[in-house]
Amino acid sequence: MARLPPMTATRRQFLIVAGGAGLAPLLTPAPAGATADSMAAAIREVLGEATVSEGKVKLELPPLIENGNAVPLTVSVESPMTDADHVKAIHLFNEKNPQPNVASFHLGPRAGRPKISTRIRLADSQKVIAIAQMSDGSFWSDSVDVVVTLAACLEDSPP
Amino acid sequence: MTRALVNIPKQAKRGETIEIKTLLSHPMETGYRRDTMGRAVPRDIINRFVCTYNGVEVFRADLFPAIAANPFLTFYTVATESGELKLSWTGDDGETRTETATITVA
Repeated sequence: MARLPPMTATRRQFLIVAGGAGLAPLLTPAPAGATADSMAAAIREVLGEATVSEGKVKLELPPLIENGNAVPLTVSVESPMTDADHVKAIHLFNEKNPQPNVASFHLGPRAGRPKISTRIRLADSQKVIAIAQMSDGSFWSDSVDVVVTLAACLEDSPP
Repeated sequence: MTRALVNIPKQAKRGETIEIKTLLSHPMETGYRRDTMGRAVPRDIINRFVCTYNGVEVFRADLFPAIAANPFLTFYTVATESGELKLSWTGDDGETRTETATITVA
C-alpha cells in the first residue's frame, strides 16, 4: 500500500510522456513513407479529442488492383443530409503511400447525397480508411484492405 | 491548365439531387518521382477544388498527391434555384481554372 502513491505518479508521468510522443510526428518533418503511425497521426489531427466508431460509412474499392495509378474509389455515408443532421466532411487516408492523406471532402446540407467518387493512387497493398465527420460532432469510419499488383509512384517519368 | 470536362444536368426539378461529374486534364505530379537523370520531379498538383452554386459553396475538396492524374470527382448537390454553378480547380502554382454551367430549375 505504501508504494501506491509513487506508482500512480509514475503512471501519470508515463502518460504525459506518451502523450508528448504522440504529438512528435506532427512536429517533425514527414518521413519518406507513410506508416500505420503517420496515418494514425494524420487521423488524430482530424479527430482532435473525438473518438471514431465503425459504421454508417461505406468505402468501395476493388479488392484486387492491377494498376495502382488510378484506383476507382467511392465513399458514401448514411445521412438524411438535413440542416440538423448532415455530413460535414469525409476524409480519406492510406497506410503506405508517401503521405497518409488522400483527400478531404467538405460537404453540407446542400450536398443532397453524401456520396463521392474519385480515382486515387496506391503505392502498395494496404489499408484505405474513410472517416466521416457528422454535424453532431461524431465520427464514423470504414476501411478496406486492398492488394495492389502494379504500384503507383514507382515508375519512371513518362517520356 | 488544360481541358476540363464537366457533366451537370441543364434542367432539374426543385429539390432534386443532381449528380455533378468533373474531370480535369492535369498530371498531378506527386513530387516523389525522379526523371531519367535521377532528379526529383517537382510537385505540381491540384490541391483544391470548389463548387459554388449561385455564389454559395456547396462542395469543396482538399486534394493530396494520392489523387490520380487527371483528377476525377463525382459528387451531388440539391437543385435549389435556377442559376450558375461554378467549379474551380486551384493548383500548387496558385493558378485557378474555372468552369461555369447554368442550370434551370423548374
